[in-house]
Amino acid sequence: MSVGAPLPQDAAELHVRGSARYVDDIPVPPDCLHLAFGLAPVAAGRITGLDLAAARALPGVRAIWTAEDFPEMPDCSSSNADEPLLATGDIHYLGQPVFLVVADSHLTARRAARLGKVHVEERKPILTIEEALAADSRFEDGPRIWEFNDTAAALAAAPHRLSGRIEIGGQEHFYLEGQAALALPQEDGQMLVHSSTQHPTEIQHKVAHALHVPMSAVRVETRRMGGGFGGKESQGNPLAIACALTASRLGRPAKMRYDRDDDMQITGKRHDFRIAYEVGHDAEGRVLAVDFTQWTRCGWSMDLSLPVADRAMLHADNAYAIPAMRIESHRLRTNTQSATAFRGFGGPQGLLGIERVMDHVAAELGLDPLEVRQRNFYAEAPGEAVGLPRTPSEDISEVKRGAGTEVQVTPYHQPVTDFILHGLVGQLVETSDYHARRRAVAEWNAANPVLKKGLALTPVKFGISFTLTHLNQAGALVHVYQDGSILMNHGGTEMGQGLFQKVAQVAAARFGVSIDRVRITATDTGKVPNTSATAASSGSDLNGMAVQAACDQIRDRIAVLLAERHQARPEDVVFADDRVRVGGDEMSFEDAVALAYENRVSLSASGFYKTPEIEWDRIAGRGRPFYYFAYGAAVTEVVLDTLTGENRILRADILHDCGASLNPALDIGQIEGGYVQGAGWLTTEELVWDGSGRLRTHAPSTYKIPACSDRPPVFNVALWKCANRAATVYRSKAVGEPPLMLGVSAFLALSDAVASVRGDYPSLDAPATAERLLMAINR
Amino acid sequence: MSKMHLKLTVNGQAEELRVEPRELLIHVLREKLNITGPHIGCETSHCGACTVEMNGKSVKSCTVFAAQADGAEVTTIEGLSPLGEMNVLQNAFREHHGLQCGFCTPGMITRAHRLLQENPTPTAEEVRFGMAGNLCRCTGYQNIVKAILAAASEMNAAKEAAE
Ligand code: FES
Ligand code: FES
Repeated sequence: MSVGAPLPQDAAELHVRGSARYVDDIPVPPDCLHLAFGLAPVAAGRITGLDLAAARALPGVRAIWTAEDFPEMPDCSSSNADEPLLATGDIHYLGQPVFLVVADSHLTARRAARLGKVHVEERKPILTIEEALAADSRFEDGPRIWEFNDTAAALAAAPHRLSGRIEIGGQEHFYLEGQAALALPQEDGQMLVHSSTQHPTEIQHKVAHALHVPMSAVRVETRRMGGGFGGKESQGNPLAIACALTASRLGRPAKMRYDRDDDMQITGKRHDFRIAYEVGHDAEGRVLAVDFTQWTRCGWSMDLSLPVADRAMLHADNAYAIPAMRIESHRLRTNTQSATAFRGFGGPQGLLGIERVMDHVAAELGLDPLEVRQRNFYAEAPGEAVGLPRTPSEDISEVKRGAGTEVQVTPYHQPVTDFILHGLVGQLVETSDYHARRRAVAEWNAANPVLKKGLALTPVKFGISFTLTHLNQAGALVHVYQDGSILMNHGGTEMGQGLFQKVAQVAAARFGVSIDRVRITATDTGKVPNTSATAASSGSDLNGMAVQAACDQIRDRIAVLLAERHQARPEDVVFADDRVRVGGDEMSFEDAVALAYENRVSLSASGFYKTPEIEWDRIAGRGRPFYYFAYGAAVTEVVLDTLTGENRILRADILHDCGASLNPALDIGQIEGGYVQGAGWLTTEELVWDGSGRLRTHAPSTYKIPACSDRPPVFNVALWKCANRAATVYRSKAVGEPPLMLGVSAFLALSDAVASVRGDYPSLDAPATAERLLMAINR
Repeated sequence: MSKMHLKLTVNGQAEELRVEPRELLIHVLREKLNITGPHIGCETSHCGACTVEMNGKSVKSCTVFAAQADGAEVTTIEGLSPLGEMNVLQNAFREHHGLQCGFCTPGMITRAHRLLQENPTPTAEEVRFGMAGNLCRCTGYQNIVKAILAAASEMNAAKEAAE
């Protein structure tokens, strides 16, 4: 069966030949126009004038538009109508688009954009957390606060107390393909847009709004992205809108791609956080209460900051049953790029908060941090986990516990009924030889004065579903042609995660045919409408189910026909091995399809899926926001040069839960990539804004993502072989985001190495750059 | 700026065109010759997405001016399998899942191709450092290194069999 096979990504052959097309590779008509934004030179102020004469005079410039050219400024926001396409008087951040250049070539547009001068009456920008708090510059009326049991009382009653704080830096997505869009005007005011986006429906919606046409007049197509990671959930809107407006005004195709430099200056990044904690615990390391305060800089507009900050709160418990918890979350408005979705969506920051607490408690008590973690784990779900069948129809997540055991709930009151980290971590401790290596690290550190080693194990529990409940829906369109070939379309987008192939494997399995029969087509708002962003790791969960529903309708129609002709029951018709068997007779899949066609059976169907059982009140912080949890754990060993702060990862061992994987090869790829990206976030990737609000690290020369030479020399990745207890597609689990948090173990291993040269807990901030490590060693 | 007459061979095909001398090779390839395998990731020589071979060396085509490419012999990803069959490296990247979004892939393979010409039996360490100029944001490099090592041993086995 195609499901569960380690097949290569569907377009792998096109990629290795260099013939896979991205937006910028699509051949354009010779009259295509090229666009570039002129950017604000300061972080805050009022525009007093624009000097665009030199830019306009450049040969090849066709038009330059400013706020004055739009009686009604199109909005680019995905949430709050607070992102004008071009600045309308006020400047909100350094890098904000102020004018739009239309030219005959990309280079001319870019040159003209640099020639334009923006005169501004500067204001003092709000850049830091302190400045934002002092000015009460925030989204929502005040902090969001959720409380689980009486935290103040539990803290007061706890035998031990400690407190601390961690700064957590943001992260640039650095998708290798920058933002890009292409708009092609069609007849009768219609518009076709190619966009490198995770959210074609949003692009369609925003473009229609800007053009004052119904959504039905706009078609958005996305074949693939050269990486997304959340950075193409909302950040592609301005480019698509600018292209569509130009195409509509001038009647010519228009294309825009950001240069890397512009991309880094204009677009939002992962939210940086400061998390403070007050902890009550006992002498064995059991955490009895935590009071967290989370502050995050959201940047100039709301974008997705509210659900991101919510998800940070939702992961403040990670894997631990903590009897009392209070979380206060401040979403601050600052004059910086609008922080946005990034793989994990706030979850990683929330998780790092509690992982820091566990480490701190262990250090305080002189216990192994792993032991402290294990003592605080949620209770293991009962039942034989390994080898659960792939397709029981009922949800088995609510398996009743034995008498007397109470189901534990998260601080937001969701029962944790599928916890597997006792078993999973236990296995990883063995395969990674954790305890022996812990001793070896201690011995090494005792013997070596300069090079110090560190070791850390980080468990991950990550909630799967969009927390905005209505987003948990998906559609699909499947056609079977009379020659037996199958065309599949769904609302999910491909950004390298392998979604298309995984879903095609589902389709092939439903028809019992080989995967080559299934043609995968670009995501297209004209085929499947009203889709959600491919985000929240939900791609294969949602779209896999929608495709399954569509395939089953067609298959069942064929089965009914064949059953009638053979006096059999439809459920006895078997589709397998590219054949169809019924009542002792057997035919090829093609023949069955041809027969259905001749008998006027519809061979096309749309499928729909909505995630069951979820409901959520984000103001109260109560409900079941997640259909299930995905789990994993990583052990990282590092070596640190205590004289320079230079360091490297020596070995990483990962055991990760993808349920019954739809495609283990692609899932392992997600895990490896996620871990490295997570480790990069917390070690080398540092975003630096100067006092004027200028992002100083706006190019790969100054912003360092992991390179091939940083890859851990020993890197063992395995899948936890256990089906999802929730009734997902073939009992698989989402895999996009959870592995990113495995990278936290690299950060905590560095902290462990630093601790070996200090008497006290190092309280390291992230990212742990060489400079910061050196400071922590010498402090 | 006055235009120059540029003559070069790309993937075995002689090309003649008029360009500005300071135009970058990556733009000549992509915009003038419609060769879109090499990608633009940064245009500042940091990411390697634009890697091609020029006169037997790996170059980042975003740092090569058209004038410097005059008379050169250039091979892009499209030139690695001129007869249609994928070459060993291309196959290995596919089989060993050495790609996700694929945007870095043409540059990666072109670079790896040169690396294996220069060092047909590299260690994992040599591959890691030999590929350090090509960034990938998706894979974490594990499968890229695996693919290159697998291609090297396959090429060497084929060579031995032929001897
Ligand atoms: S585009 Fe040439 S190195 Fe990045
Ligand atoms: S596969 Fe996406 S950048 Fe390498």
